[in-house]
Amino acid sequence: MKLTQFPRSILPILSRGNRGYYAWLLFLLLIMVWGAGGYAKQLNHGLVTTNMRDSVSWAFYIGNFTFLVGIAAAAVMLVIPAYIYNWKPIKEIVIFGELLAICAVVMSIGFIVVDIGNPLRFWHMLPGIGTMNFPSSMLSWDFFVLLTYLCINLVVVIHLLHRIFIKKDYNKKLVLTLVFVSIPMAVAIHTVTAFLYNAIPARPFWNSALLAPRFLASAFCSGPAILLILFQLLRKFTRFEIKDEAIWTIAELMVYAMFIYLFFSVAELFKEFYSGTEHLLYWQYLLFGIGDNKELVPYSWASIIMGCIAFVLFLVPKTRKNFTTLNIGAVLIYASVYVEKGIALIIPGFTPDVLGQIYVYTPSMIEIRTAALIFSVGFLVFTFLVKIAIAIIFEDYRVEEPMPEQQQTLEKA
Amino acid sequence: MKEDKSRRSFLKNMALAAGSAIALSGCDMKALDHFLQKNFRTLSKAEVDEIITSLQLEYKNKYGKDFTVSAKPATDGILFGYALDLSRCIGCRKCVYACVEENNQSRGPQIHWIQVLQMEKEKGIDFADSDVHYNPEKVPEEGHFYLPVQCQQCRNPQCTTVCPVKATWQEPDGIVVVDYNWCIGCRYCMAACPYGARHFNWAEPSVPEDEMNTNVHYLGNRPRMKGVVEKCTFCIQRVREGRYPACVEVCPVGARKFGNLLDPESEIRYILENKRVLVLKQELNTQPKFYYFFGV
Ligand code: SF4
Ligand code: SF4
Repeated sequence: MKLTQFPRSILPILSRGNRGYYAWLLFLLLIMVWGAGGYAKQLNHGLVTTNMRDSVSWAFYIGNFTFLVGIAAAAVMLVIPAYIYNWKPIKEIVIFGELLAICAVVMSIGFIVVDIGNPLRFWHMLPGIGTMNFPSSMLSWDFFVLLTYLCINLVVVIHLLHRIFIKKDYNKKLVLTLVFVSIPMAVAIHTVTAFLYNAIPARPFWNSALLAPRFLASAFCSGPAILLILFQLLRKFTRFEIKDEAIWTIAELMVYAMFIYLFFSVAELFKEFYSGTEHLLYWQYLLFGIGDNKELVPYSWASIIMGCIAFVLFLVPKTRKNFTTLNIGAVLIYASVYVEKGIALIIPGFTPDVLGQIYVYTPSMIEIRTAALIFSVGFLVFTFLVKIAIAIIFEDYRVEEPMPEQQQTLEKA
Repeated sequence: MKEDKSRRSFLKNMALAAGSAIALSGCDMKALDHFLQKNFRTLSKAEVDEIITSLQLEYKNKYGKDFTVSAKPATDGILFGYALDLSRCIGCRKCVYACVEENNQSRGPQIHWIQVLQMEKEKGIDFADSDVHYNPEKVPEEGHFYLPVQCQQCRNPQCTTVCPVKATWQEPDGIVVVDYNWCIGCRYCMAACPYGARHFNWAEPSVPEDEMNTNVHYLGNRPRMKGVVEKCTFCIQRVREGRYPACVEVCPVGARKFGNLLDPESEIRYILENKRVLVLKQELNTQPKFYYFFGV
């Protein structure tokens, strides 16, 4: 079967589903419509509909972008332990990790698109027809590595699913090579995203060499958290088989990541507070507020507290091996990193601004609606992709009858 | 050759896509031309001329006035520099408003290329304790001094380094400019500028028709669109014709000096050689060509 026929023959999968599935789609659709209304207003009137201004010129959108790049990176890095510990469903872990990565990258590019003042001029950034500012602009680099990463993951996933679908062995050399390329790429996308901020001398809050390592550590807390829950769901509702031990190992790896993250943050804080230079201002705004301006304080402490609770839940073997507390921990760490990246990373970089003035920023309704639009589109794409993957991998969705022997060779691979 | 072809077909596709988008919004072919326009620095002389003629026509239709749009390039042997006498500045903000008028800055939402910071003498130059919104009956206020900040025209500008599409660059005469038709509005340059000198058009800029300055430069004070970044250009439309920037002309106490850094006879060179001079945020190595000095 030709690759072009592949999409046509798998599309019917999307319309099969129970009531819960349709309710979920309807829910996403409603959010999408609500969000699109907000974005339409922004397109029409300009970014004035957001609460960003010259003082705080990047905010919620760019925070979300950063968070999602982290998710994309971490999802793929989970392939490493899968190989090291030789978990049985490696192929599935690769596929679902990369599906998550694809959606996360799509959403993160979405956040860039809604953040720029002239989305129609997006082509100025494309290699070949635009003028990319290589090699000096980190944003060019970031855009470039994100696109490459997206392409690699798409190729791997489509190839794997297509081969399973037509009951053929996948091209092991191609897949292995690409998967091994995609792992350093995952590190690269998040590192380059960190460099985007970290290399600007004008913003002391970001101007720390620890930023990139902290990014990676925090991504490795939040990315696997989603997969942890996804794997449990898959295990419950499909033939996906992953042992409890594998899930606990993921949780254990997350503890290391959290510890490193914690350590880096303490190192950063120590340096700032002990030296007490004027750079302290931004941390002060974030953690305690400056004068009457305490807008970020509840967020930063909520993030810290959620992170610490999650750390304890994951650290203590008893709560780590109890699926209720484990899942609570996963949700908490996810929320903690989301608040940290979405709000506590970008805004203090701009508050006080370079001339020392304080502009109080909180996202406007339009920003929240636009973000909801992007997330709902991302969730929809993820739902569809996962549904297709489940049907092909676990439910033997085929046009013709499946042949058991080949199925087995695949499983071995 | 191959690249050229794919490039053209891509452009064609983009044109089609944009065309349909524009058809929907009821605009004309002008918008399409604007949309496809290349980076200013890659345009040929003929293309620039064509664009300028069409801009003049467009402005005439839009504002009912004849505009002179210049694209005059830098002159060899000139490197512009600026000096501001901190001991003279009284914080009256005449420069701010002269700049707004000269450079067609949006009145609503308000854009000011020059920010005047009020500082306490006791603390010296301390941004954290400064105030841009000072509003006393009379300036200068006791115990305070004033620090006007605008684009410092860095020799080593962060804003041009970070721009992902090369929409902003430094001209041979040292002026950092923006191509409004190429800027995608990502605002990375705003994050990177240590002096808050870049300003974004958060909404469609509005300038009263009768206050529109029709003497404009392509890279300077021509009318802007929403979603692009703009900044002080040392009044490129004036200084390339041998005139002073508007803020220099208007300053009632003569605190502002301007000239050619390469000319040993110039006033600016005299100041650099004979006065106590400082630049802002020296530690960042941006190397401003905007100097603060103490004249008395
Ligand atoms: S002051 Fe800011 S806008 Fe002006 S050249 Fe320096 S970095 Fe660029
Ligand atoms: S806002 Fe415009 S000028 Fe500034 S970095 Fe982005 S594209 Fe370049």
